[in-house]
Amino acid sequence: ASTPQKFYLTPPQVNSILKANEYSFKVPEFDGKNVSSILGFDSNQLPANAPIEDRRSAATCLQTRGMLLGVFDGHAGCACSQAVSERLFYYIAVSLLPHETLLEIENAVESGRALLPILQWHKHPNDYFSKEASKLYFNSLRTYWQELIDLNTGESTDIDVKEALINAFKRLDNDISLEAQVGDPNSFLNYLVLRVAFSGATACVAHVDGVDLHVANTGDSRAMLGVQEEDGSWSAVTLSNDHNAQNERELERLKLEHPKSEAKSVVKQDRLLGLLMPFRAFGDVKFKWSIDLQKRVIESGPDQLNDNEYTKFIPPNYHTPPYLTAEPEVTYHRLRPQDKFLVLATDGLWETMHRQDVVRIVGEYLTGMHHQQPIAVGGYKVTLGQMHGLLTERRTKMSSVFEDQNAATHLIRHAVGNNEFGTVDHERLSKMLSLPEELARMYRDDITIIVVQFNSHVVGAYQNQE
Amino acid sequence: SASAAEAHSMALPTQAQVVICGGGIMGTSVAYHLSKMGWKDIVLLEQGRLAAGSTRFCAGILSTARHLTIEQKMADYSNKLYHQLEQETGIQTGYTRTGSIFLAQTQDRLISLKRINARLNVIGIPSEIISPKKVAELHHLLNVHDLVGAMHVPEDAVVSSADVALALASAASQNGVQIYDRTSVLHVMVKKGQVTGVETDKGQIECQYFVNCAGQWAYELGLSNEEPVSIPLHACEHFYLLTRPLETPLQSSTPTIVDADGRIYIRNWQGGILSGGFEKNPKPIFTEGKNQLEIQNLQEDWDHFEPLLSSLLRRMPELETLEIMKLVNCPETFTPDMRCIMGESPAVQGYFVLAGMNSAGLSFGGGAGKYLAEWMVHGYPSENVWELDLKRFGALQSSRTFLRHRVMEVMPLMYDLKVPRWDFQTGRQLRTSPLYDRLDAQGARWMEKHGFERPKYFVPPDKDLLALEQSKTFYKPDWFDIVESEVKCCKEAVCVIDMSSFTKFEITSTGDQALEVLQYLFSNDLDVPVGHIVHTGMLNEGGGYENDCSIARLNKRSFFMISPTDQQVHCWAWLKKHMPEDSNLLLEDVTWKYTALNLIGPRAVDVLSELSYAPMTPDHFPSLFCKEMSVGYANGIRVMSMTHTGEPGFMLYIPIEYALHVYNEVMSVGQKYGIRNAGYYALRSLRIEKFFAFWGQDINNLTTPLECGRESRVKLEKICSSSLWWDHANHGRATEHRGKVLPSCYAACLEADLIRAGLESAKDITCSGPRLP
Repeated sequence: ASTPQKFYLTPPQVNSILKANEYSFKVPEFDGKNVSSILGFDSNQLPANAPIEDRRSAATCLQTRGMLLGVFDGHAGCACSQAVSERLFYYIAVSLLPHETLLEIENAVESGRALLPILQWHKHPNDYFSKEASKLYFNSLRTYWQELIDLNTGESTDIDVKEALINAFKRLDNDISLEAQVGDPNSFLNYLVLRVAFSGATACVAHVDGVDLHVANTGDSRAMLGVQEEDGSWSAVTLSNDHNAQNERELERLKLEHPKSEAKSVVKQDRLLGLLMPFRAFGDVKFKWSIDLQKRVIESGPDQLNDNEYTKFIPPNYHTPPYLTAEPEVTYHRLRPQDKFLVLATDGLWETMHRQDVVRIVGEYLTGMHHQQPIAVGGYKVTLGQMHGLLTERRTKMSSVFEDQNAATHLIRHAVGNNEFGTVDHERLSKMLSLPEELARMYRDDITIIVVQFNSHVVGAYQNQE
Repeated sequence: SASAAEAHSMALPTQAQVVICGGGIMGTSVAYHLSKMGWKDIVLLEQGRLAAGSTRFCAGILSTARHLTIEQKMADYSNKLYHQLEQETGIQTGYTRTGSIFLAQTQDRLISLKRINARLNVIGIPSEIISPKKVAELHHLLNVHDLVGAMHVPEDAVVSSADVALALASAASQNGVQIYDRTSVLHVMVKKGQVTGVETDKGQIECQYFVNCAGQWAYELGLSNEEPVSIPLHACEHFYLLTRPLETPLQSSTPTIVDADGRIYIRNWQGGILSGGFEKNPKPIFTEGKNQLEIQNLQEDWDHFEPLLSSLLRRMPELETLEIMKLVNCPETFTPDMRCIMGESPAVQGYFVLAGMNSAGLSFGGGAGKYLAEWMVHGYPSENVWELDLKRFGALQSSRTFLRHRVMEVMPLMYDLKVPRWDFQTGRQLRTSPLYDRLDAQGARWMEKHGFERPKYFVPPDKDLLALEQSKTFYKPDWFDIVESEVKCCKEAVCVIDMSSFTKFEITSTGDQALEVLQYLFSNDLDVPVGHIVHTGMLNEGGGYENDCSIARLNKRSFFMISPTDQQVHCWAWLKKHMPEDSNLLLEDVTWKYTALNLIGPRAVDVLSELSYAPMTPDHFPSLFCKEMSVGYANGIRVMSMTHTGEPGFMLYIPIEYALHVYNEVMSVGQKYGIRNAGYYALRSLRIEKFFAFWGQDINNLTTPLECGRESRVKLEKICSSSLWWDHANHGRATEHRGKVLPSCYAACLEADLIRAGLESAKDITCSGPRLP
């Protein structure tokens, strides 16, 4: 009997899998001059679920300054993460807009004129937008800005980014919930809004404007700053807190929000009500609505929903909803020249790699050649032949570093293929990527990564201005 | 030098005739030659120490093998000058005659060397094509297995460029030139378009002439004026390697090697070698101007040098064990067309420039300094230097981005194969005709002149485009047949060529001033009836052509002047300089206002007749007439019965907003007459066949009308009566040249034949002398 032949993917096959979703954006520059504090970003994702439940978004705010970047980790399907990835940035952008601009936009809609574009999206072809729901989403958004216009007392013109981020997150989650309760006459849309509401998504969003970096996080994705020390080494600064059982403050918060009698049941086996890993999320109305409301909506809903055991199932010890919120925790960081890049990634990355390693790998990748100390002959006896050998060796080393043109891809390669020595093991990488769909989820989670590179010159110039 | 050190302690003079900025090889050479020619009241200023900039770091190779004849002449003069400089000044310059060997790894390279070789021989510089075996005899370290041949120039030399500059400075100083180092020029003071003085960090100096020899800072210095002088150049980092001596040290007479295919040069240096090169991926520097950080960070970049090092070890494998001394990083300055920049600013009289040496500063230093000194003293150098004249550029080549991109293309070109008719790829599509997109869509292939895109030829739709990429050849180019059919169509039917790039001026006055000034400046009689066109030359005091143009008399007081594209700056400056200051006289550059379409061919008259109600037949519209008429719906089109090719046809000067309309009408009406687009190559070919000379190439400011068979374009009576120069100018020259008159026209006709035969450009054949009839 012959032993079963081992099947390995060839390096080009591995690359085509790893690169399928990669996307890069460079902030347009003019001949080496770039006035933005962001040089650009690389993003990529590797599915473990089929279909992938992670989503990512990136866009430039056109009516205000700044750039938005976010990763969204969906659970119980991808409907919620998809919706959040399409909608959240609009809510944030609208929250950041000054009163006059809101009025202008509203007037334009009212009179049927062309709208000022609010966002310029930077999308991979696979980052799709749902055409069917756009009208519905737009109406909800419009209601939001109409309320913002009405609320404006005309006094304060200063918009606080932190407040805007929190409002946008909460408002979107509210709208998701409302749309599901109200339903839609179109049966496709009706089912869609319900799927969005009954599935869930975490979100980790960065807003960069000059040297002001805000990170709004809901759930267990993470934002990590890569800092280059004076000696050239790399260190990681975490800019978000995970909202899960490992976070004491979150445990504390949940216990405070519910009666003492529930102290033991609210978090069980490190999960919310023994079920949910993240302690904050969009959607997941099963953890937000009252039992009555859930039953009513499911009964009046379409058959597909009625037949779904998961949606019908009420969590145990469900006494004092809501148990879950989409409110983000917002952190602020003022960028310094040594802050070289920001990694936003879903927990799929962080559970396989230590943050120090993540920052080191990205740092070394981005600095590439510069990281190699320039060769200087000074004082040593070096022959032309020796120098030639050295340079050839350096060049070969270089070309392997640049096998990836995308920092996120490079990171995924390490995350999936690293062996115990911290170097990529092709055999391991090949095995991991050839796992059948139904097994992949057991070995790894969806991974979504955005690596934002900062422009140290511009950041430095900001600093010098003061 | 001692003289410089003494001078330093004295206060700056308040007045001088000439102030030279820059104490490198260029500045000292200009000072040396001016003082030799009898000008004594000269101040030379250097911001640091004498000969401390690029001059100090220069590799010290003096090579006469250049691509332009004028460059060869400059280098040849430099060689002779440096050779005797030690004797003249007593300062050691390290001059050693080593000779140089240019290697060819390919047949194409060998052709290129043969062309240079022929040119060198014409001007009397010894050189020969030698076999690889002979190469090995001349230099025992060389690997010659991959060579097909080489060129040996035995009189080339190596020299210490810093010492040359110091010797020149010392000689100049003995001749009375005052030298001040550690003195920076802040800006040049200008009044009414004339230099009046120089502001330095040590005080002001009044002067009539200013010479900008500031090397890579020349651009910035030019812009620091209130009336900016644009000097298009940009620096790139340049690396070369120094080694310790070989075990048996190299003889000081070891020839210099240039391995252009390997992108490197190698010379002996103190028993070891000095080797650098021109890499494919240059590193431009100082884009945003003088930057202290960049200057301090000029470091050795071994990774960048790696390809050149590999090349060196392939050429001289025995060097493996040779010990490195250091890698020198010395920025060199490059210009948009790889030729140096000299001459007077078109905007500021008395403002002279000598800079942008494309890393051949040492080779050119002596000759360039001499020509510039002659220019200042006599009004023009003894040789035609139009190819190097600052006025070949305009402000449009002054964008920092353009320069940065262009020099990145130019630097690798130093060692790239120079085939006939290559075009720069960077800095393109700057100036375009309104028809650009239309023509491009119809297969136009483009060349650039003075920033303007002109169609070379039109690739027919059924041609294989990939094949056309192989037009870089010394042999019959693949566009040849295309151009041939365009030429045929011009002769048999009708073609349209977009000639919008031509320089167009309008000269208008309230009284007779316009006519008077043109009569004074041009050789032919311009007092012609309204509507006539006159071919004429704008001649200088020596009777030479400053410009070759056509002038239409629009009305009694208004003239329309058409000149070659690259005359835009030069002609404007010449007119401005010689026009009286008269507020009633208006000179306007209308180049951008008109799209020019050239309808060439026997059927042009039929096409135009259909588009206009005005009769177009020769009796109503004889040759060399200009009429304003309507074409299609568009009114006010200037139609001229001439084609610049000697073929029948018309030039249409169309206000740009009508360009597309007129073009469309012409093309649609022309269909039944077999109309097609044609490009400049066809135009060129037609002109050459008719012996039409090209200004700047066949005729220049040293060519008189008589010498090129253009007596008919000179109104001799006028010349004599207006007490001009004709007689005096031609006495000496015409006789002296008798017997070999019209060399340029022979060249032109030869070229026509050769192009048809698909051979090399005729220019070289002309130069090789004996073969000329």
